[in-house]
Parts: sequence; C-alpha cells; structure tokens
Amino acid sequence: MQSKMKESDPILEVENLSASTDNLPILKGVSLTVYPGEIHAIMGRNGCGKSTLSKIIAGHPSYNITNGDIKFLGENINSLEPEERSQSGIFLGFQYPIEIPGVSNLEFLRVSTNARRKFLNKEELDTFDFEELVKEKLEIVKMDHAFLSRSVNQGFSGGEKKRNEILQMALLEPKIAILDETDSGLDIDALRIVASGIKKISNAQTGIILITHYQRLLDEIKPNYVHVMSDGQIIKTGDSDLALELEEKGYEWTDNFIKET
Amino acid sequence: MVNENLVKDVVKEPYKYGFVTDIETEKIEKGLNEDIIKLISQKKEEPKFLLDFRLKAFKKWQKMKEPDWAALGYKKIDYQDIIYYSAPKQKEKISSLDEVDPKLLETFDKLGIPLTEQKKLTNVAVDAVFDSVSIATTFREELAEHGVIFCSISEAVKNHADLIEKYLGTVVPASDNYFAALNSAVFSDGSFVYIPKGVTCPMDLSSYFRINSGDSGQFERTLIIAEESSSVSYLEGCTAPMFDTNTLHAAVVELIALDDASIKYSTVQNWYAGDEEGIGGIFNFVTKRGKCLGKRSKISWSQVETGSAITWKYPSCLLLGEESIGEFYSVALTNNLQQADTGTKMIHIGPKTKSTIVSKGISAGKSKNSYRGLVKMGTKATGSRNYSQCDSMLIGDQASANTFPYIKSQQPNSEIEHEASTCRISEDQLFYLQSRGIEFEEAVSMMVSGFCRDVFNQLPMEFAAEADKLLALKLEGSVG
Repeated sequence: MQSKMKESDPILEVENLSASTDNLPILKGVSLTVYPGEIHAIMGRNGCGKSTLSKIIAGHPSYNITNGDIKFLGENINSLEPEERSQSGIFLGFQYPIEIPGVSNLEFLRVSTNARRKFLNKEELDTFDFEELVKEKLEIVKMDHAFLSRSVNQGFSGGEKKRNEILQMALLEPKIAILDETDSGLDIDALRIVASGIKKISNAQTGIILITHYQRLLDEIKPNYVHVMSDGQIIKTGDSDLALELEEKGYEWTDNFIKET
Repeated sequence: MVNENLVKDVVKEPYKYGFVTDIETEKIEKGLNEDIIKLISQKKEEPKFLLDFRLKAFKKWQKMKEPDWAALGYKKIDYQDIIYYSAPKQKEKISSLDEVDPKLLETFDKLGIPLTEQKKLTNVAVDAVFDSVSIATTFREELAEHGVIFCSISEAVKNHADLIEKYLGTVVPASDNYFAALNSAVFSDGSFVYIPKGVTCPMDLSSYFRINSGDSGQFERTLIIAEESSSVSYLEGCTAPMFDTNTLHAAVVELIALDDASIKYSTVQNWYAGDEEGIGGIFNFVTKRGKCLGKRSKISWSQVETGSAITWKYPSCLLLGEESIGEFYSVALTNNLQQADTGTKMIHIGPKTKSTIVSKGISAGKSKNSYRGLVKMGTKATGSRNYSQCDSMLIGDQASANTFPYIKSQQPNSEIEHEASTCRISEDQLFYLQSRGIEFEEAVSMMVSGFCRDVFNQLPMEFAAEADKLLALKLEGSVG
C-alpha cells in the first residue's frame, strides 16, 4: 500500500530499521511511512518492540540503530539528539510519564514550548503570555489549572499523567505524534477526553501513530492503517478492520502469519 | 605582584570572580606569634580587653590540635607561612565614600556590589570587606534613624566597646575548636549588627567578603545581636581570585537572639574552588553559631555552598529560651575535586524548643560531599521536637556522598525525626525532558534546582535567583 502514489511528501519514513540494546536485537527490519493527515495504529503483544520503536524515533540513548534509517520530512535524523527531534516536531507521548520532583509543571511546559517556538522562529513566551496559552490548551484535556503548580507528574494519577502528555502535545503542536499506550490505565471518561483531545490537535498536516492493545481507543480515533508487530517486525498491515479482527481472534491468530512466512 | 601566581589556562573555568585587584597593600610579615597578635591589635587601636582576649585565645590554640575527624583530605596547613594582616593602603581616616580608592570601588562594582551613593543597591545595606579590612558600609544613616547599628567590627570595637565586651565570644568561646581559637587570636575585620528592642530592621543587611591576596588568610568575625522583639535578615556573599595556592579562611560568626527576636542568616558561598585538577582554592574552616537566648526567639540559617576547595562548616543553634526555634536549610554543591563536610548542630536545652534541618547535597565530578549533623535533647528539653531531612544527589559515577547524623537524647519526652535519601539523576528523567525539547545541560540544571527547591524557597528573593544561576554555572560540563 505504500507504493501507492501520494500527493504530498511523507512526514516520517522508517526504512528497514534494526536496533538493539545491550547487544540484544529488538527491532529486526521495520519499515513504516506516515503521510500528512494519516493515523496509523501499531498493535502487538508486550515485548514485540512497539515501545522500542517509538523510543528510537524519539532518540532514546539506550538503543543503537544497527541498520536502516529514520527520515523526518525527508531528512535523516538517525544522529539527532532527542531535544532536536522534539524541537523540529516529533512528539512521543510516554506510556509511563516520568516524575520530576521539585520542577514545576508550568515552568517545564513553558521551557518546552519555548524550545519548540524558538525552532519555529516564533516569539518565546514569558510567564504571563504562556499562562494565557496554557489556559486555552487545558480546556482540550479538561485539566484543572491546579495541575500547573504541581511538580511534573509527581503524585498524578495514571489518568492525570496521560492527560498531561496530551497537554504537552497540544502546546508543542508536533508534525508527528507517537502515542505509546496513551489509553492504558484510563477509564472510559478519561479515554474519551484524551481521544477527543488528540482529534482536536491533529489535522490534515499532522501524522499520528497510536500504539495500543485495545480496540476501544480505535473506536474513538479511526486509524487509516493498522500494523501488527511481532518479534521486532511488522508482520501484517491492513485497514481499521484488521484491528477488529484482532480484537475478535487475539494475537494467537497472528502467530499463523509468522508460520506462513 | 601576586599576578604571577594566577592560574593559567582558565579559559574553560566558569568562575567569573577570579580576577585580582592590583592595589598597593600593607602587609605584615608571615607567621604567627604573640608579637604578631600585638601588632594586629595595635594597628586596630584596640582596647586592652580585646588584646587579652586575643592572647588568651592564642595560648589555647597553641595547645590544641587541628581536628581530623571530618571526611576531608588535604595537605597540612603551615600556619607560619600565612600573612595574618593585609589591608589595601588608603588614607588614614576616610570620612566619605569619595575618598575610597576607586580601584576598590571598581572591584566591588565588578562583583555586582556597587557601593557608591548613585549606584548602591536599593533595599540592601552592604558592608564590604576586602582582605582584612572593611572598606565601606552603605545606608548607615538610614539605619541609624531606626537605632540599628551596622558597621565593621573594628569600628564597633571603638564605638560600642561595651556591646563587644559583653557579647564577643559568648556564643563561640575561643576554646570551642581549633579554628575558632585561631580566629579569636587573629581576627581582622567583619561585620557588627545591633538591632534594638522592638525594631524590625527596615532593610536586609549584607556583608560581602572578598579575598584578594593569595598569601594572606582571611579571618573575619561577625557578631549580630537582636534585642527583644526585634528582627533582621542578613545576607553574606564571598568570592576570591584564582590562585594556584590554597588560601585559608577561618571565620567565626556569632548570633544572639533575645526574647521574641528573630535572625535570618543567609549565605551564598562562592570562594574559588580550585581548578579541575584540584589545584588552588580556598580552605574554608568556619564556625557559625547562634544562641536563642530568649523565649520564643528564632534563628534561621540558610546556606548555598558552591565554592571552596574544602568546606568545613556547621552553622548551629543553641536553643536555650523556652519555645525557641532553630532552622538550618542547606544546599552544598561540590564538583571536580572539591570536598565538603558540612551540616549543623541543634542543641535543645530549653523546653518546647523546635528545630528543622533540611540539607541537600549534590556531588558531581570526583568530589566528596558529606552531611554531618548533631541533634541533642538536653535533660530540660521536655516537649521539644526536631525534624531532619538529608538528601543527596549524585551526578556521574565518580562522586561520593555521605550522611553522618548524630542523635543524642537525654529527654524521653521529646521527638526526633530523621529522613535521608540518595538519588541519582536517571537517564529516563533526562530523556523525558530532552524529548520535550529541553537541552541536556538545562535538563540537568532544572532537576538540580528542583531537588533544591525546599531550600531555595527559604532564601531571600534575589538570592534565590542568584543561587539557581550559580548552580547551573557550577555544573557546566559536569555531566555526560
């Protein structure tokens, strides 16, 4: 399907990517291309390499790329620092957002937003202007203003942490967002808030990769493509029906694909 | 001139106060004996009681041994190889700032402490000490209107001899320890503060200590007295040029708070720390102690220790008055080959006394950073409480951190609570911040500031911002 001619240039191209950590191969030749406006879902068992793929795209230092390339807007980004990737418009929503004691959430969000704005040649915001902006964005994830004065993610519930991630995405306005199990640990109401937030932020110019185990997020945000990963490879790609089939038949069903190949 | 001693190749060194002021100084010969002490006392035109105080202290010092219990390693100090009095040459009697050598004013300008009438800091009165002498004290008249005395201790000896005789050495007796005895024998200058009954000092008071010469020690002495129901906030800053030799700094600070009085004493210590190989830097052996003499009196120490090759310092509180309060908030940052052994002593003597200790140690490079503290509940300290929290943060894998809490309680009806933790900046935390566009070094300094937040909140506003910047500067290049 990726041979199909597209009108615009791809945002992200992962080409035959292999990677390892501590000499242990995790990814074994992954290819994936995301065009503007597309939503991709990646599914698969725990340990299949989904999270690793997302971390490598964001530049996590623990993984070595042993083969292949990651291109963002046509440029190879294999050797870019994580902060450079973020500034240029790659966003990773963490499965387990990290707590940073003593650092105020507001200040963290402001420094982060300004780093991105600087890259975009936009004016950096002082505390007052930033408060205005963040107020607007808090609406999207239905978060209370009180979150801003707390330390980054410290003492947040699972749902609050995930909403804080989407708030960051709203502030950074990335070209591509990779959301790693953003739906896990959310109740139905929180899931709806998060899903509607993601929809509001994304548009025809942005790309989204949803890493998930569950159909219920995909009910809210319908993907154009669904990829199934197993043992560091994408073993099957289809449309949104593939996720439904997977939901029905379980991952055991996908084991047959591996046997077939 | 001492310029030849300046460390070469300091391009990479972030210490920005390392310059030397080229000024003619009056120095006495090296070495320490009774004649030298008599000479210092004579130069300062001191009354006899003070000379006796000095000579007695010297006799005690001669019988004492340099302490070796701290977790510090350094080359033995040769006390005969130090100049004990060094002062910039200026006119005998200076009646106004216009007569101060412009080079000295320029020096303090460069340090961000302008002294002249036009440029002086608003809302902070400053006593500027250069090597062994106080150069100038600002806002004296304004303070005098409130009955507040703020001057150099040499001046106080002349003009307020009664107060000096009554209080000097009552909190830190000459026999207290080796360095206090040395200071008592040879102290040259420092600040004196007296807040009369019922007065809230109308502005922050501040002393700025500058060591300029490489071969003379600095032995300043500070005495602060807060009478009944008075209060004062006092700030202290320190810098020194970069020499490849070590300079000894042995200060004594005494605070006295009477009934319902409160003293807040904040320090940002940024003495030259030596280079990356550990060459040069100040040896900082300081005795600071406050006496909560009155009922409901309060003494609060906050310190940000970032400089010095060696720091040996335990600002303490003697809680005598019923319901008196002692506090100690500390951030100690060591990098490269710096060593710090710092902490506090909270001695609960009176009933219902309360103390709080919050200590944050950050060790980077190959440095050693120890917290050493004593909490003691005396037999009469019924209903007294202490809370201690000591946290260490390690940066890199070659630094070390220690915590030595000593607890002695002779009073079953008292509470002592101690919490301690050690953490390392995790790769996951760094990656999280970086993946939000925040650069590596900024991410580290954000986390370090976050770690120190509880202490920074205790500092006066301008100091807190300064401390934040200072830590970031000190950590440059220390990670990764």
